Amino acid sequence: MLFKTHGNKQLKIAIASGKGGTGKTFVATNLYSVLQQNQVSSILIDCDAEEPNDHFFFKSISKTNKEVQVNIPVISTESCVFCDKCHEYCHYNAIFYLPSLQQIHVMEDLCHSCGACSVACEHNAITEKKKTIGTVTTYLLPGNYKLIESRVNIGVYSPVPVITSAIKEAEQQGIIILDAPPGTSCPFIHTVNNADYVVLVAEPTPFGLSDLQKTIAVLHILEKPFGIVINKSDIGTLAMSDFIQKENYDLLLSIPFDRSVASFYSEGKIMAEREEKWKEIFENLIDKIIETACK
Amino acid sequence: MQIAIISGKGGTGKSSITAAFASIEKNVVLADCDVDASNLYLLFTPTHNEERAYVGAETAIIDNNLCISCMKCWENCRFDAISYVNQKINISDVACDGCGLCARICPTQAIMMQQHDKSRLYSGSFRYGKMVYGVLAPGEENSGKLVNEVRSKANIIATENDLAITLIDGPPGIGCPVISAIANVDGVVLVTEPTLSGFHDLKRIKEIADNFRLPACVIINKFTINEKISSEIEAWCKKEKVNFAGKIPFDLVMVEAMTQLKTIIEYQPNGTITKKLKEIYNYIKLNINKQTN
Repeated sequence: MLFKTHGNKQLKIAIASGKGGTGKTFVATNLYSVLQQNQVSSILIDCDAEEPNDHFFFKSISKTNKEVQVNIPVISTESCVFCDKCHEYCHYNAIFYLPSLQQIHVMEDLCHSCGACSVACEHNAITEKKKTIGTVTTYLLPGNYKLIESRVNIGVYSPVPVITSAIKEAEQQGIIILDAPPGTSCPFIHTVNNADYVVLVAEPTPFGLSDLQKTIAVLHILEKPFGIVINKSDIGTLAMSDFIQKENYDLLLSIPFDRSVASFYSEGKIMAEREEKWKEIFENLIDKIIETACK
Repeated sequence: MQIAIISGKGGTGKSSITAAFASIEKNVVLADCDVDASNLYLLFTPTHNEERAYVGAETAIIDNNLCISCMKCWENCRFDAISYVNQKINISDVACDGCGLCARICPTQAIMMQQHDKSRLYSGSFRYGKMVYGVLAPGEENSGKLVNEVRSKANIIATENDLAITLIDGPPGIGCPVISAIANVDGVVLVTEPTLSGFHDLKRIKEIADNFRLPACVIINKFTINEKISSEIEAWCKKEKVNFAGKIPFDLVMVEAMTQLKTIIEYQPNGTITKKLKEIYNYIKLNINKQTN
């Protein structure tokens, strides 16, 4: 087993998928369970801040919360001379400005905390306050293992600051598994950009193939090495495996559909803890990942 | 009437159900607002009557020949996008948020803002009416602005063609794109699945629907995967006074239909799932009508 001798070298592996519901969390939680069972120094970070679900799969001893805050400007109407400069500097239309009625204020939901308005203001009318946009929760698991969860508050413009805070929490050696958010935009990019290697979990359906291709396009831009896990490999079509073969991508694992696995998983349980067969499947997967990531 | 279909969690079958509703209704405007992973065009292969570039975020680029290394941009960037390596300012495309502050304050005008125009908005006809969809270019910011564009185009098309029903396939998650997809609709359909994750995400997404005071109906997809959690979800709907539109059993026929690029209604016109979905769709329409009148 390669991963047992991987030692304390840090390796960050992101588990991602363009399409939601392909089994990304299934792979991430089972991989982490196998690492724990083999006493490998490792940590799991749930970067799907909009819908973090990894915590359902592990019994925790305790948890600690840390609020994630951003700076939001506050405009003092007493000092403000209504010069329009902050309004002009704001790229996000977050400053409501109506000089004829001497009205100016910040629309917090639109603000990206870039600080441009503070720089723009020449009359010291802008100060900043803290606004909580989410939480990073560290769950302590048996054996001194940890699950770090990012969770963004509802309606916040971007979960990225919460995701990056969660990743920063894990300043330790060993194998770090990042359960990435779905999609191909900023939250996904900021997660996989922090990883050394990306595992893409895909379903062999026409929708799944299209999303896989979009995700790969982003990984090419970011120049990230990756491998593919086909989940529910026996349903759908062969177009995906043909595509992977044609492009010469690394196929790490194919998992056939099993209804009993789906039911077991639905209750927040881990196959690699229930059946030796599944434990081996994920031990082999982690080996294959290390082999491909380090080649 | 505008109906948005959302789910919080991905992969619950939201798009397949939206597609089924379109083939039940037969004459609709279909707006695919899952711009990060728009898929319905694969199923319906609409004509492209219009293709429009969507200008999304901007990113800063630096001309190192003009840069005098004054470090003002580096000092002021809040996104850690600017670094100084080998006596050269470097701006990271990935980290840049496009706020434009660096370009404004650079004393030698070495920084320019570059617009991203690779994202597209398409509209055209398909076998059940008109369709609008957005395709976000790889790596673009999904702030909900493209979703807004898809929605306003859908509104124009609905008026021009006198189409009474607009179906909106929403993005996953609970962020801005979802909020843009459901703002000002007449009702939302929340598609969930009987897993702990699906249930948890349903609660988060319902909170959003409540914030907008939108009538909401719940569908449990694949309910036979876990009938215990499924009945817990039903009980929760009752308690929270959310309309329960119905539940659909797990059946691989849904995947078979998709691989043949057909909706389940087309694939099995007399099947049990088709029958169930027709009931559910009628229930939803009635319910939204009742609440908006």
